[in-house]
Amino acid sequence: MALNMTNRTLQPTKSFQDLILTLQLYWAEQGCVVLQPYDVEVGAGTFHPATVLRALGPKPWNAAYVQPSRRPTDGRYGENPNRLQHYYQFQTVLKPSPPNIQELYLKSLEAIGIDMSSHDIRFVEDDWESPTLGAWGLGWEVWCDGMEVSQFTYFQQVGGFDCSPVMGELTYGLERLAMYCQGVDNVYELNFNGGEGEARVNYGDVFLQAEQEYSRHNFEYANTEKLFQHFKDAAAECNSLLEQGKGTGTYGGHGCVLPAYDQCIKASHLFNLLDARGVISVTERQSYILQVRDLAKACCTAWLETEAGGAEPVEAEAAE
Amino acid sequence: MSELLLELFSEEIPSRMQKKAGEDLARLVTLGLKEAGLDFGEVRHFETPRRLCLTVDGIPKKSSDVREERKGPRIDAPEKALEGFLRSTGLTLEECEIHDDKKGQFYVAVIDREGRTAESIISEVVTNVVRNFPWPKSMRWGTSRLRWVRPLHSILCVFAGKPLKFIVDGVAADNKTQGHRFLGGREFAVKNFDEYASKLEKNKVILDPAKRAEIILKDAKALAKKKKLALVEDEGLLAEAAGLVEWPVVLMGTFDKAFLDVPSEVLIGTLKSHQKCFSVRKGKSLVNKFILVSNLETGDDGAEIIAGNERVIRARLSDAKFFWDNDLARPLDDLLPKLEEIVFHAKLGTVGERVKRLESLSGLIAKQIGADVTLTKEAAKYVKADLVSETVYEAPDMQGIAGRYLALAEGKDESVAAAIEEHYKPLGPTDAVPSEPVSMAVALAEKIDILTGFWAIDEKPTGSKDPFALRRAALGVIRIVLENGLRLPLKDLFKEARSEFFSEEKLVNDLLSFFADRLKVYLRDQGARHDLIDAVFSLGGQDDLLMIVKRVEALSTFLDTDDGVNLLAGIKRAENILRIEEKKDKTRYAAEVNEDLLKVAQEKALNKAIKSVSKKVTSLIKKEDFEGAMSELSKLRRPVDAFFDGVIVNDEAADVRKNRLALLAAIRGAALGIARFGKIEG
Repeated sequence: MALNMTNRTLQPTKSFQDLILTLQLYWAEQGCVVLQPYDVEVGAGTFHPATVLRALGPKPWNAAYVQPSRRPTDGRYGENPNRLQHYYQFQTVLKPSPPNIQELYLKSLEAIGIDMSSHDIRFVEDDWESPTLGAWGLGWEVWCDGMEVSQFTYFQQVGGFDCSPVMGELTYGLERLAMYCQGVDNVYELNFNGGEGEARVNYGDVFLQAEQEYSRHNFEYANTEKLFQHFKDAAAECNSLLEQGKGTGTYGGHGCVLPAYDQCIKASHLFNLLDARGVISVTERQSYILQVRDLAKACCTAWLETEAGGAEPVEAEAAE
Repeated sequence: MSELLLELFSEEIPSRMQKKAGEDLARLVTLGLKEAGLDFGEVRHFETPRRLCLTVDGIPKKSSDVREERKGPRIDAPEKALEGFLRSTGLTLEECEIHDDKKGQFYVAVIDREGRTAESIISEVVTNVVRNFPWPKSMRWGTSRLRWVRPLHSILCVFAGKPLKFIVDGVAADNKTQGHRFLGGREFAVKNFDEYASKLEKNKVILDPAKRAEIILKDAKALAKKKKLALVEDEGLLAEAAGLVEWPVVLMGTFDKAFLDVPSEVLIGTLKSHQKCFSVRKGKSLVNKFILVSNLETGDDGAEIIAGNERVIRARLSDAKFFWDNDLARPLDDLLPKLEEIVFHAKLGTVGERVKRLESLSGLIAKQIGADVTLTKEAAKYVKADLVSETVYEAPDMQGIAGRYLALAEGKDESVAAAIEEHYKPLGPTDAVPSEPVSMAVALAEKIDILTGFWAIDEKPTGSKDPFALRRAALGVIRIVLENGLRLPLKDLFKEARSEFFSEEKLVNDLLSFFADRLKVYLRDQGARHDLIDAVFSLGGQDDLLMIVKRVEALSTFLDTDDGVNLLAGIKRAENILRIEEKKDKTRYAAEVNEDLLKVAQEKALNKAIKSVSKKVTSLIKKEDFEGAMSELSKLRRPVDAFFDGVIVNDEAADVRKNRLALLAAIRGAALGIARFGKIEG
C-alpha cells in the first residue's frame, strides 16, 4: 500500500530534514537515482564513487545524494556559529550535463522556497580543482543575496582522464542553505525536524556534542603513530587490490576497483586527520597529496576497464 | 552596404574575461572579413555576463572579383616542373597563357576568382572564430565537441536584416535571443543592431558595459549623497561589478557600528574582495554602510536582497573583527619570536634574521640621511611583526597596514607606525615614495637587504625573469634617494648589509652596475640621455646616485649649448689622437707638459688655459658645483679649436710631438674631472 503523505507538506524553510527531503524529491523527479551517503569518511560529496568514478567513461549517469563531509581542521569545538568539522553536502550529478542544467538548478532553489523574484541569484566565477583526485572543472559559486549557496562545476578531468561526456556537478552546502532559508545565524540553532515547542529538535541537539568530541579527537587525542600506520596500510591495500583485480572482471576487465577506491579515500581522510594534528610539515604535505593522487589515478585507470566504466565485450565483436 | 549583428549567448562569463573577449571577437571577425576580401566600416563590440556582441556596418553584398596571375615555369622546363605547376593551379596546359620576358617564354596561369557573397564569408568566418576562440580557459559540456568559456547556447547572426543560418558543432545560428534571466520576457527575433539593443533594454539588459558602470557609479553616488555620505570609489571594483550584472540595481545596506573598530582598510578589503561591495564614508572616515550592486528589480525595493547581504556581511565582518581583536590583545613583542620560524628563503635564513639585519642597516642609513636613529631601529624591529598576525594571515594584502594600526594601538611613535606601513613602498614606478625620514631609512634598508642577499646567493634577474622583484627594489632605492634628494653612497651600504659576501669588490661593482642599468631606465623614462649616464658611470667610483644625476643634468645642459657641442668635438678629437698614438707608442701619455718645448702661440695659450681651468674645475667639483665646472670647462673651447686649427701634433721633432701629446692628455685629464666624454654620442 502506498504511503499516504497528503496530510503532510514538506517545509524546507522551517526544517533541515524537510530541506533534504525536498531536494531528494525534486531530483528524483528529474530522473536521478537517489542514493544514500557513502559509508566511508570523505572530505566532500565529490569523493563518493557515484561522482568520481561515474564521471569517467561514456555511460550516462544521473544521481543525487546527501554526503556527510569531514574536514578535521575545520573543527571549532562547537564554538563557531559557521564552521563544522562534520557537515552535510547535497550532491547532484548529471552526465551528460543537460543543456538546461542551470534552469533545473534554479528550479531546485524555487522548490526549497527561494523566490527568484525577490532574491538576487548570481553565478560568480569559481573554478574547481582537487589535487588529490587529479581532477578539475570550470563553473561558478552560486550566490543568493551575496551568500554562496552552491558550487556548480562542469567536470573536465578526473584522475588525469578527460571526462567525455561531461558531468555537471551541483553541490549544495546544506547547513548554510538551511541557515539562509530559516533565517538563522547560528548553525546550532537550525530547526532540524520542523517541530515546535517540546517537539522541536535543533541541529545543536543532534551535533553539538559530536563537534566538541571530534574537535578533541582531531586536534588532540588521535594517535598519530597509528594514523601514519593506517595511512601506509590503506595505500598498500589499495595497490594490492588493484594488482590482484587485474583481468578478473567482466569481459576480462578489472575486477576489484571499488574496494581499492575505498582504501584510496581512507588514505585521503587519514591524511586530513594527520594534517589537523599538525604533524605533517610543509614539505611532507605535498608528498602525501601526491601519494593519494597516485592511488586515485590508479583507481580511475582501473575503473575504465570495468563495465560501468564503459569497457565493452571484446570477444563478442571477434565472434561476429 | 549592410550591417552585421552577431551575438554569442552563453552561460555566465567570468567578469574579468569579458572585456578582452569582446575585443578578441571584434579583432578576429574583422580579420577574417579582411582576409576574405570583404570591406567593412565601423566596428563596435559589447559584453554582458551572458553575451558577447559585435556589430559591423558598411559591408558590401559580395567580395570583389579577383584575377590572379601566377607565373609558372619556362615553356622548355622539364615535364615534372610543368606537372607540379598545373596541379597547384588546377588548370590544363591549354588554359595557361604564354608570356614573354627578357629570358624567354614562360607559362602564366590566370585564375579568375569570382567574389563570394558576404553571407557565405560571414558564416565561414564566424564558424572559425567560435571554434578557435582564444579564451584564457575553456571547457566542454554535455556531449559537445566545441570548447567555450562556459556552455554556449545560441548564436544570433543577422546580416542585412536577414538571419544567417548555419550550425557550429551543434549550436545553431539564427536571429533570436533572450533578455534578462529573471526579468526578461520570451525569446525574441531582431533585424538589426538598433532593434536588438532596444529590445534588450525592454527585456532588462543593458548591453554596453560602460553604460552599466556609469549607472552603477551614478546611482551609488546618489544613494550615498541622499544620506549625506560619500562613496569610496574603486575603478577595479566598478568594472568587476558591471561584469556581474545585466541590469544593475544599486542598493545600500547597514552593518553594526561595532565593526568600525576594525581598520578601515580591512573593512574595505573584506567588503570588496568577498562580497564585491563598495564602502561608504563620511568625510575621511568609513561609516557602517555598504553599497551592493544587484541584478534584480524587486517588488520590495530590494528589501530581501539587502537583508540577505547584511547577514553575509555580518558573518564576514565578525570573522575580520574576531581576528583583529585577537591581534590587538597581543603585544607586537609577542609576535617577534614567530618570525624566527618563517623561512624567508632557504639560503637567506628566516624573517627573524632578516629583521635583525634591517635594524642595524636602517640605523646606519638613518645616521647618513639625518633620521632619528632610535626611532628608525625601533621601526625596523617591528616592521615584519604583522606577517604573523591573524589579520594578515586571513588577508595578506593587509601587510604593513595591520602593522601600522597595531603599533599605534600600542602607543608607538607615529613615525614608527608610518614606517611599518611605508617600508614596502614604492611598489611600482607610479606608487608614492616615503617622504618621512624614518620611513625612508627602513624602506631603503629593506630593499638593500633584499638586493645584497640575492646577489650574494647569485639569484639575479635574468631576461624577463625576476621572481624576487629585484628590479623593482633597485628602482625603489633610486626613487627614494632621488625624489628626497638624499646623499647615500651605496658601496659602503652593500658592504655593511652583507659583510660576509661584499668584501669582494667584484660583487659590489656587479650590483652597482645593476643600479646603473636601473638608473638608466629611470632617467630615460624622464627623458634623459642614456649615453650621458654611461659617461658619468664609467668614471668609476660613482656610487652616489644623487651626484651622478646632478652630473648628468649639468652635462646635458652644457651639451645643449654651442660651446658644449664644440668642446665635446675637441675633446673627442684629442682622445682619438691620443688613442691612436698611444697604441703606436705602446705607452700612456701623462699630462706632463714641458713649457720650454711649447713653440707656437696656440699651444702656449692652450697650456695656460688648461692649467687655470683644471684647477678651478677640480675645486668646483669638490664643491659639487657641476654647472660651474661645466662653464669653467667651456673656457677651453676656443683654445682647443685654435690649437687644432694651427698646430700639427705629429711634429717631426720627437720631443715636440711627445710634448704636444702630453698637452692632449691634459685636455683629457681636465675633462675627466666631469665625465668620460668619449662615451658621449654626437
